[in-house]
Amino acid sequence: MTEITENELRSQVREYLEANWDPNRGLAEWREMLAESGWGMPHWPKDWLGRGLPLGMTAIVDEEFNKFGAVGAAKMGIRVLAAATILEHGTDLQKEKYLKGIMTGTETWCQLFSEPGSGSDLAGAATRADFKDGKWVINGQKVWTTSAHHADYALLLARTDWDAVKHKGLSYFILDMHQPAVQVHQLKQMNGHASFNQVFITDAVVEASMQVGELGEGWKIATTTLMHERRGADSARRYESGTDRPERIYEEERQEIATVMAPYTWYPQRTGRVDLLVERAKAMGVWDDPDIRQDIAKTLTIAKSAEWTARRARAASQAGKPQGPEGSIGKLAASIVARSANLTHTKIAGPNAMLTGDEDEAGGVVAEILVSTPAISIAGGTDEIQRNIISERILKMPKENRTDTDRPFRDVPRNQVG
Amino acid sequence: MKFSFSEEQDEFRTALRRFLQAKSPTTEVRKQMQTDQGYDPGIWQQMCEELALASLHIPEECGGAGFGIADLAIACEEMGRALLCSPYFGSVVLAATAIREAGSDDQKRHFLPGFASGETIGALCAVEGRGGWAADSISMSAEKSGDAYQLTGTKSHVVDGMIASLLVVVARKPDGALGMFIVDASDNTVSRKSQNSMDPTRKLSTVSFAKTPAVLLAADNSNEAYERTLDIALACLASEMVGGAERLREDALEYVSMRMQFGRSIASFQVTKHKAADMLLDVELAKSAAYYAAAAIDDGDTDARGVVALAKAGASDAYIQTAVHAVQMHGGIGFTYDNDTHLWFKRAKASEVFLGDANQNRERMLQNWGDNS
Ligand SMILES: Cc1cc2nc3c(=O)[nH]c(=O)nc-3n(C[C@H](O)[C@H](O)[C@H](O)COP(=O)(O)OP(=O)(O)OC[C@H]3O[C@@H](n4cnc5c(N)ncnc54)[C@H](O)[C@@H]3O)c2cc1C
Repeated sequence: MTEITENELRSQVREYLEANWDPNRGLAEWREMLAESGWGMPHWPKDWLGRGLPLGMTAIVDEEFNKFGAVGAAKMGIRVLAAATILEHGTDLQKEKYLKGIMTGTETWCQLFSEPGSGSDLAGAATRADFKDGKWVINGQKVWTTSAHHADYALLLARTDWDAVKHKGLSYFILDMHQPAVQVHQLKQMNGHASFNQVFITDAVVEASMQVGELGEGWKIATTTLMHERRGADSARRYESGTDRPERIYEEERQEIATVMAPYTWYPQRTGRVDLLVERAKAMGVWDDPDIRQDIAKTLTIAKSAEWTARRARAASQAGKPQGPEGSIGKLAASIVARSANLTHTKIAGPNAMLTGDEDEAGGVVAEILVSTPAISIAGGTDEIQRNIISERILKMPKENRTDTDRPFRDVPRNQVG
Repeated sequence: MKFSFSEEQDEFRTALRRFLQAKSPTTEVRKQMQTDQGYDPGIWQQMCEELALASLHIPEECGGAGFGIADLAIACEEMGRALLCSPYFGSVVLAATAIREAGSDDQKRHFLPGFASGETIGALCAVEGRGGWAADSISMSAEKSGDAYQLTGTKSHVVDGMIASLLVVVARKPDGALGMFIVDASDNTVSRKSQNSMDPTRKLSTVSFAKTPAVLLAADNSNEAYERTLDIALACLASEMVGGAERLREDALEYVSMRMQFGRSIASFQVTKHKAADMLLDVELAKSAAYYAAAAIDDGDTDARGVVALAKAGASDAYIQTAVHAVQMHGGIGFTYDNDTHLWFKRAKASEVFLGDANQNRERMLQNWGDNS
């Protein structure tokens, strides 16, 4: 690939937007244009709706889009993980069938990994896939599945061999969620939202061509998905919030945010909203309180350092250098930042931390932060699991003795559920 | 007794725990927290008639049991543990204590028997807007007309304000000192509006007054009477908080003991063990401070004010930390509404700032100790 400089890239994006961006166009039409031009997902390969740009340079493209007020491709949620996994391990047929719907936002995805009996221990999945009459038949139960209630497709981890050791008996599938054999029940969370679900699967069918990777390679492929999830969970992450501009495309974008993206409205709050600390302290009249100033400063210190750590990791991958440890600590750092921000917001709100909803002076945002940050240290792999990964894989410390990987999966003790 | 309880106190605790296990399982908590009034009057009646809980620290000559703050704190600890939905804290701990500390003998004999029997439900109106409970953030002033007073203005964060029949309002007397005033909640110049509380098991409201007739509680040193009311309430709150923290700690331990991942109990991971050990440490330290603080009030210790503030600061930190760990130890299920952990998490969050946050109470402690040493 020929190297492109930042300035060249900026002018290319600008040129494209000047010629094509029109806020009175429909969202679907515009995203089709982005798919065709490759500017929606510029880091995807040229053959597959992208421009083959290094991942690290996409931020530059985003910046130019923002300057124009131009709407980008659909990037929120599991769709990003689906795309990354399919691009890396999928067949051409799968790429052909799914990538476009992912980036134009017409199709929504969910991740059927966690089960009632296996969360941290994802490789302990006990949902079964049996090959019958040329098709895969799926049975089991999944849980905590974000967006399952309006997903069209799912990334599914299921067991295809019960006699193999646990990590070798799993396979990876794309499941069509629109079949009666898949029943979805929404679960309410402690913050009042219901963005995740229980999914009951009884004799659901997956075509043989919708297996991703080789039989028994499910764990390896799931690891790709998880790596993208955890990498995206660091402190450099940004959330789309929509604008209140009147043109048609913004109106359609707002509708998308209100429906497909609804499960994610509280996601910014679970990060602790460090960006609001100074503003809230001024609004609450405590900006001069020396204790609170110290707390804000401490939270900002770790938040900024975490953000720069994440940027350092991205810069390294941009330059094609091997990642240092900073790549793996991003998710854990984000979780520590969120906890600190929660406590600082509590101090700033003072007695008003006892209130919620419209009583909260920030329109419910602060109250939502206070009851949402616990999610960030659980979702996508708990803090404890992140620490195990850092210590065992990065620091090369001795692994825990394991008793679940040396025998056929059917002989491994597990939770009795369901 | 700062380091142990008497046999009677232990028996009282056991009986109360049994009662609350029967009357306030989380199914009941969830039911009550969704109602407007926020408690079950039938259970309140049983608490008051059968267990005489509302009378504990009310003097005998006022229809009470004449026990100490340590006894009141035991009741609060058990209620915090059970997350009981009731007007106990708002009425007995805050409002009755204010009258106990600030009323003349006649006033106490007039008002307290109703509290002791549970027929009167009172509420303390102190906070204004974003201010807190500290004396210097209270500015409402009472106007004197003849022998009577009139109050105008709005109080917020009034615990159980909606269901109270009698209000104790903290306001400035014409000489600028704080006073506490009795107001009939049904007076047509009083208007109340419930506030959306983060912790639905503790209802809050605003209460507005418009030239509302009020009777001054006659204490000689009314500033001090309000501070004493806060001291007692802080000691009780600290106890309530350690009760809740201990329950969270125990439930989390029970959960990890039955959950398996990686082919083994998650309780067998050293990380889980260390977290459980840290939680025990946090809760036990906070508990020791809470017990010491309540007894220090009963013993009339000169440093009681600082000790009580220390206990609340400790409880603020310990309760929320325990709650954060408890959610974490449950994993995904801990973040759901159906799992009970969040009920205590929200109580922990609200209690963190109730009657002043940890920083403010640490400051109260240092001021008391620094000024007296
Ligand atoms: C908001 C949210 C959204 C989610 N979305 C999805 C989704 O879309 N799709 C999906 O598949 N899943 C999703 N999850 C599930 C999430 O990945 C799991 O909840 C998480 O991995 C933990 O698994 P668990 O809930 O089974 O907890 P458990 O694994 O049972 O963990 C319980 C506790 O034990 C600890 N523990 C477990 N193993 C070890 C160990 N080896 N060493 C030390 N401590 C250990 C954990 O850290 C935790 O504290 C979501 C979760 C949340 C909260």
